[in-house]
Amino acid sequence: MTVDGTDYTDDVEPRTLLVHHLREALGLTGTNVGCDTSNCGACTVHVDGQSVKSCTMLAIQADGREVLTIQGLADTWDGEGSLHPLQQAFHEAHALQCGYCTPGMIMASLDLLAENPDPSDDEVRHGLEGNLCRCTGYQNIVKAVRAAAVQIRQGSTKSQEVPA
Amino acid sequence: MTVIDDRPADVGGVGTAPWRKEDAHLVTGQTTWTDNLAPVGTLHMAFVRATMAHARIGSIDTSEAAGMPNVVGVFTGADFAEECPTLPCAWPVTPDMVHPAHPPIAVGKVRFAGDPVAVVVARDRASAVDAAETVLVDYEPLPAVVDMEQSLTDEVVLHEDEGTNKAFFFSMPTGADIDETFAGADVVVKRRFIQQRLLPTPIEPRAVLCIPQAASGDFTIYSATQIPHILRTMLAVVTGMPEHKIRVIAPDVGGGFGAKLQVTGEEVIALLVAKRLGRPVKWTETRSETNLTMHHGRGQIQDIEIAATKDGKLLGLKVDLLADMGAYLMLVTPGVPILGAFMYPAIYKMDAYRFNCTGVFTTKTPTDAYRGAGRPEATFAIERIMDELADELDMDPMELRKLNWITHEEFPYEMVAGLTYDSGNYEAATARAMELFDYEGLRAEQAQRRADGDRIQLGIGISTFTEMCGLAPSRVLGQLDYGAGGWEAATVRMLPSGKVQVVTGSSPHGQGHETTLSQITSSALGVPFDDIEVLHGDTQVSPMGLDTYGSRSLVVGGIALQKAAGKVVDKARKLAAHLLEASEDDIEFADGTFSVKGSPDASKSIQELALAIFAAHDYPEDMEPDLTGHAIFDPENFSYPHGTHLCAVEIDTETGHTSIRTYVAVDDVGKVINPQIVEGQVHGGIAQGIAQALYEGVVYDDDGNLVTGTLVDYLVPAAPDLPSFTTDRTETPAANELGVKGVGEAGTIASTPAVVNAVVDALRPYGVHDVEMPCTPERVWRAIQSGQKGGAQ
Amino acid sequence: MIPASFDYVAPTSVDEVVSTLAEHGDDAKVLAGGHSLLPLMKLRFAVPAMVVDIGRVEELRGVRDAGDHLAIGAGTTHHEIVHDPLVRQHCGLLAEATSMVGDAQVRHRGTIGGATAHGDSAGDLPAVVSALEGTFVAQGPGGRREIAAADFFQGYLETALAADEVLVEVRIPKHDGWGFAYEKFNRVAQAWAIVGVAALVRRENGSVAEARIGLTNMGAVPVRATASEEALAGADRTEDAIRAACQHAADGTSPPADLSAQPDYRQHLARVLSARAVARATG
Repeated sequence: MTVDGTDYTDDVEPRTLLVHHLREALGLTGTNVGCDTSNCGACTVHVDGQSVKSCTMLAIQADGREVLTIQGLADTWDGEGSLHPLQQAFHEAHALQCGYCTPGMIMASLDLLAENPDPSDDEVRHGLEGNLCRCTGYQNIVKAVRAAAVQIRQGSTKSQEVPA
Repeated sequence: MTVIDDRPADVGGVGTAPWRKEDAHLVTGQTTWTDNLAPVGTLHMAFVRATMAHARIGSIDTSEAAGMPNVVGVFTGADFAEECPTLPCAWPVTPDMVHPAHPPIAVGKVRFAGDPVAVVVARDRASAVDAAETVLVDYEPLPAVVDMEQSLTDEVVLHEDEGTNKAFFFSMPTGADIDETFAGADVVVKRRFIQQRLLPTPIEPRAVLCIPQAASGDFTIYSATQIPHILRTMLAVVTGMPEHKIRVIAPDVGGGFGAKLQVTGEEVIALLVAKRLGRPVKWTETRSETNLTMHHGRGQIQDIEIAATKDGKLLGLKVDLLADMGAYLMLVTPGVPILGAFMYPAIYKMDAYRFNCTGVFTTKTPTDAYRGAGRPEATFAIERIMDELADELDMDPMELRKLNWITHEEFPYEMVAGLTYDSGNYEAATARAMELFDYEGLRAEQAQRRADGDRIQLGIGISTFTEMCGLAPSRVLGQLDYGAGGWEAATVRMLPSGKVQVVTGSSPHGQGHETTLSQITSSALGVPFDDIEVLHGDTQVSPMGLDTYGSRSLVVGGIALQKAAGKVVDKARKLAAHLLEASEDDIEFADGTFSVKGSPDASKSIQELALAIFAAHDYPEDMEPDLTGHAIFDPENFSYPHGTHLCAVEIDTETGHTSIRTYVAVDDVGKVINPQIVEGQVHGGIAQGIAQALYEGVVYDDDGNLVTGTLVDYLVPAAPDLPSFTTDRTETPAANELGVKGVGEAGTIASTPAVVNAVVDALRPYGVHDVEMPCTPERVWRAIQSGQKGGAQ
Repeated sequence: MIPASFDYVAPTSVDEVVSTLAEHGDDAKVLAGGHSLLPLMKLRFAVPAMVVDIGRVEELRGVRDAGDHLAIGAGTTHHEIVHDPLVRQHCGLLAEATSMVGDAQVRHRGTIGGATAHGDSAGDLPAVVSALEGTFVAQGPGGRREIAAADFFQGYLETALAADEVLVEVRIPKHDGWGFAYEKFNRVAQAWAIVGVAALVRRENGSVAEARIGLTNMGAVPVRATASEEALAGADRTEDAIRAACQHAADGTSPPADLSAQPDYRQHLARVLSARAVARATG
């Protein structure tokens, strides 16, 4: 499989979950495990461009697929070392506290914005229903996703007024 | 990857909102969670846990597990009984408190579903889990004791050597004679409220890694903990190992909310297994294990009785608690309800108060601190019964509060419960909240909907709360028989190049210490925000500290830092006077520069002084060559944030579904270091309080099995389940060096009663006087049904 | 969190799937989107010796116009169904209800076949397919057979699928011109429906000509509110008429008792939500 632009060839035990393969075999510990019932979404990555919960997919199911994790996200943006607008917006809007849910939350938001480049507050909230955050109360996450949406539409990482 | 920050350069001092220093590694996944770490050769633990709530352990057959591939060892409670007979409880709340042994792995009996009975150690985690599945435990079942009142009959006793399920009885009568007060009152209202158990649910589960250094006998322990310092000391105390041979590191920690304020059996076992096998040993819990075994919060039955005149003047308050300890007393289990003892009178003036609390063992997961710890329970009960009293007196609930609260001219005010509130302005916060909320407009709409018999009814809930935080004055803790103090340590060190190193003894897990403490340092020393590093969470780097809980990091740790920075300034002033050949009294300090009064050109920047003292070529004879300040701050008093939270709910009376339409929070946390971080703390706190009011609750069946064992059954709200909050602040400085108050727990303490008061308010026309938490659609619907039959109370 | 060891195959044709199932019998489990099976395996409530991953069987994916019905491959994901133009045009109810299944990540992996073959009446799709009077197509060693929705769901987590059969297709009759609504009532967005109501209404001359109501989580299998359906046939499109008819929505049901609700409350919700769904579907 390809992960964050790098090809990997590994033998895996069938029971190895994708998230454990990423973390333990590939050392990509940016993707976290928060539950065992696919509720929390902390483990969200993209497989072939769609968000999935990597704790509810076998590594072997990702054979031949393209995986993107939080650690490869910034490189998909301007190629000049900037953060992805979602990462920048989460930072600016204080959309994270402990940061444990953040990789999954950002990867879920990336999918949301791919489907809906200009979501309302409600659409952001519903689009992120598969991700739990215990610190922020979500309000600043909503703000960050909408701010990032503006930046992505404009193709810039410069800080932006948050839409009302 | 670079963070773009094109904002003005003056952002970074006290009162500004620099973006957090913590974020860059968190938004890019370059994190160091404990579970990320595993040195070569690390062994992994999997615990075998009790599958029933209460049973005698017969035989434990570990033979199959021991023979499985990659398994290095299988241990049971007996293997550690001498090395660690019991986990610690640091808070014996009464001299005669029953304090049964709590072995890290059960010995003889299991007392809750999830109690560990064996541990398998293997070369990889999957092998450990596979082997743990094969351990056969022969149980002799005993009856579960799930209900607290049932437990107190002592028909079935958990800790047979103690002979009783009653852990303690704590009584605190203060003020005027309570019986006379109640006898003379026009109105007495009595209610029973149930504080359901909650799962704190940090999104990062617990994890621990212990790395032994065999030759030196040193142990390095990484743990997802709030309390590296306390953990280090307690590990030494409970195992008898030398404290100086144990180093605890809390790396990136993914939330705590009190649940990581604990010394757990798993941490102790990791240490003891690492010691025994001489190899690194690691354990990361699964979420199902979290639900089963990470300590729970709340779990109280509250009988509360309030006495007033017919005009609404409060006279006295009686509180009788049953507090669910669960199966064992953990680090501060008995102290949690006692923290609440001081908060029931809240912001209200009254002359008589009596608080009683009975701690009860049940065959359930132990309880302990969860965000607010004792104070949310107290605030809930008093704010709920204020609404009930208002209803009884046919008064507007806000008017009743105004009639009884301490007015801002009356501070400092000595409360009937013994605390002295240093500051507050309840009128200002309330006025601002009422304005933002449109209180009158919503009351009018409510009246209209009631008159129309609208399917959607509107309810308005008030919470005019205060709390005590900033734990804590050490002398007060001593009076309460707590086993430690409440001070905090800080060190500020000028580095040769003029950069600054700050070491704090408090240990963050999401609060933004690095940012906030940098701001304090930046303002105190006049150095740029970005020139400051903040070190924490490692007992070797930060040898003194009492960690993070009870909204203490700023009001205790921040003030320690302010004092330490002051010592640096004092030393630098002395050095500047020496180098500028002026009297110390003539040296002025502003914006990082020391100058001679009247000769502004004669000056030295603090950075120049840092280099000068490093070189040490020329410095005063009565000074050491060093610009370091170290301070320990032990507060004189608690911190008393307050505020007014107003909540409007809409209830679909056909289905019982509640949705929050408007939520306004005006908090007074004194002077604010970073408004963005403060707002974030308020948001998160409100969310957790709403979660208690509407969504969350631990459920056990009659046999003591945990029904809410996964996040499928324990409903943590996601983004669509919560509203946007309207927040604002008033600023009444606290009587401390920075004028600051704690903020970490305030939102959680305030919001639960605001929401439930709103739910009950919506349903009053149906004869409803209470809805048990969480206010599920079914409970609301049933309240309406029985209320219409005249039954709900 | 770590499943027990198992053997794994990922066939690329239905024939291979069937022969693998025939070989392994009850020891084998079919893995589709994995959102029911994998959590059970991680918690070790399910311990299959052989996992047959059908995710690489291309012939199981996609929506085909088959004249009077749509033929939906069992491996078609929820996400694909929500966005499929044929589904949206001819079976709007399925698109609407599927958009409420799980969350975005779940809908990317989960499939219509997996969600129905699991046989969980608390899931949204069994009741929806029942209301749509869909047909399940199973393939086994003896070839293909068709099973009407009414016969497919046989009990809690029990379907008419034999251990050696795999669900290959779900056929949904086109419902052009029918009004529809799915009312999902849950405590939090992530939770399963306490009760869900799938309503389909065909109007004629300003009144209700025909109505179908499928109920989620009102019994061990998805239930049709037949008494209300009968009462609605020919009824006026007024709120009162709909409410009156939907008073019978829970007749004959025996809903489960669990953490979220007791049976009588579920029955009450079924009546209230049926009235709302039918009203919305009636337009």
